Amino acid sequence: MAIISTAGLAKTFTTKAGPVEAVRGIDLSVSPGEILGFLGPNGAGKTTTLRMLTTLLPPTGGAATVAGFDLRADPAAVRRRIGYVAQSGGVDPQESVRDELVLQGRLYGLSRADAVARTAEVAAELGLTELLDRRTPALSGGQRRRLDLALGLVHRPDVLFLDEPTTGLDPGSRADLWQLVRGLRDTHGTTVFLTTHYLDEADALADRIVVVDAGVVAAEGTPAALKQKYAGSPGASLQDAFLAITGRAPAPADAAPVAV
Amino acid sequence: MLVHDTALLFRRYARQTLRSKFQMLFGTLMPLLYLLFFGPLLTDLPLGRSGDSWQVLVPGLLLQLSLFGASFSGFALIMENNWGVVERLRVTPVSRAALLLGRLLRDVALFVLQSVLLVLAALVMGLRAPLAGILLGFVFVSLLSCALASLSYALALRIDTPQSFGPTVNALTMPSMLLSGLMLPMALAPGWLDVLSHFVPFRYLVDAVRDAYVGSYATSAMLYGALVAAGFTALAVTVGTRAYRSAP
Repeated sequence: MAIISTAGLAKTFTTKAGPVEAVRGIDLSVSPGEILGFLGPNGAGKTTTLRMLTTLLPPTGGAATVAGFDLRADPAAVRRRIGYVAQSGGVDPQESVRDELVLQGRLYGLSRADAVARTAEVAAELGLTELLDRRTPALSGGQRRRLDLALGLVHRPDVLFLDEPTTGLDPGSRADLWQLVRGLRDTHGTTVFLTTHYLDEADALADRIVVVDAGVVAAEGTPAALKQKYAGSPGASLQDAFLAITGRAPAPADAAPVAV
Repeated sequence: MLVHDTALLFRRYARQTLRSKFQMLFGTLMPLLYLLFFGPLLTDLPLGRSGDSWQVLVPGLLLQLSLFGASFSGFALIMENNWGVVERLRVTPVSRAALLLGRLLRDVALFVLQSVLLVLAALVMGLRAPLAGILLGFVFVSLLSCALASLSYALALRIDTPQSFGPTVNALTMPSMLLSGLMLPMALAPGWLDVLSHFVPFRYLVDAVRDAYVGSYATSAMLYGALVAAGFTALAVTVGTRAYRSAP
């Protein structure tokens, strides 16, 4: 049974210039324990879809279930079972790493003792133990991203949504983060829904890729299958396949990293 | 869960406020200056209502403290929004009401504390008022702070930058202060101004607190003040909660 399932999921924004169809009907099925790469050029509807699946935006059409709960009927139940790491993070610079993690655990209903224990556990998993008493502004970019990830994981979610998780990171930190994401799937069976502009990242991490364009699914399959089908051979680059599907290169990220 | 989550968030915000002694005390500065440099000018003037000048001025200063302090509470939310904290909290299962109430409780606690400091200073300056009246004044400060902070947060969730937020709030608070008779009773105003001031809810609150400060509790001003304060607060908290629920 799919852990994320959508049928005709749509979002139309009402603007002064008239209605804007950001997402025109997305059909998705994500299996438990899968890492799904969700790609698309700028304005394709990636972020809007992600924000609907994380309950930040109400859909205007279609249906979706996440972790077994209807997105529209029971968004609170969905929230209890997902973790979300936004592109820009969500760390309060007035707090310490420990206070942020303990609060996050408690907001998900953990007792104080459990939240403290989970903080120690997730900090050890993500290499943050030595940093627990530091104020968050004192963290490096890579450390901060690991804290963002820890905040998304402290309650052991069934599904983790990662929005451009490595934007702005140096190649070493990117490789570390990839390792952590793979570890989540391998060790805990966490389903990961990943949006990224880096095609090498999607190629390296995703079990399956969905490409959206103009608010609908334009292609989906394993990285090898997409390369075979759209670029002529499994050895071709995902970039070639992406270009063939959308007619455009992926939008540049804020700080393009060196390819690894 | 609502109480549990509200308490969790209140503790977080209260801890942050306690770390900033400057933030705790700064709000009292403007009313204190009025008390010190404006209050003595009124001592022998007829102010159009019962009680001495301190019993007229201090209630106005209390609500002024709340008006200018709570209306700008949204600044902090704009910063948290830019840090991504608001979005992070909105993805947790915490109820939207708790996200707002945790903040509002901290705001109410802060403004009541500042009000206590102001009243203590006023007592030194010469204010004499019944204890029940003073405590009733704090209740009105709490309700007004809660209502204005809630509206301020609702506005902050719609405005991205402090540069837009500040002038917008200023444009609303300044005429509200002038039209509600916070500094001097509207009984002194010409007819048209007195009529206009009845459309500003704060007028009813300040009239009620002024009655409380002279020990008159069973008055129509007290009734209207209580009704307006309760209604305004309920409306504002509803608007604030809805803003959290539907923030873009």
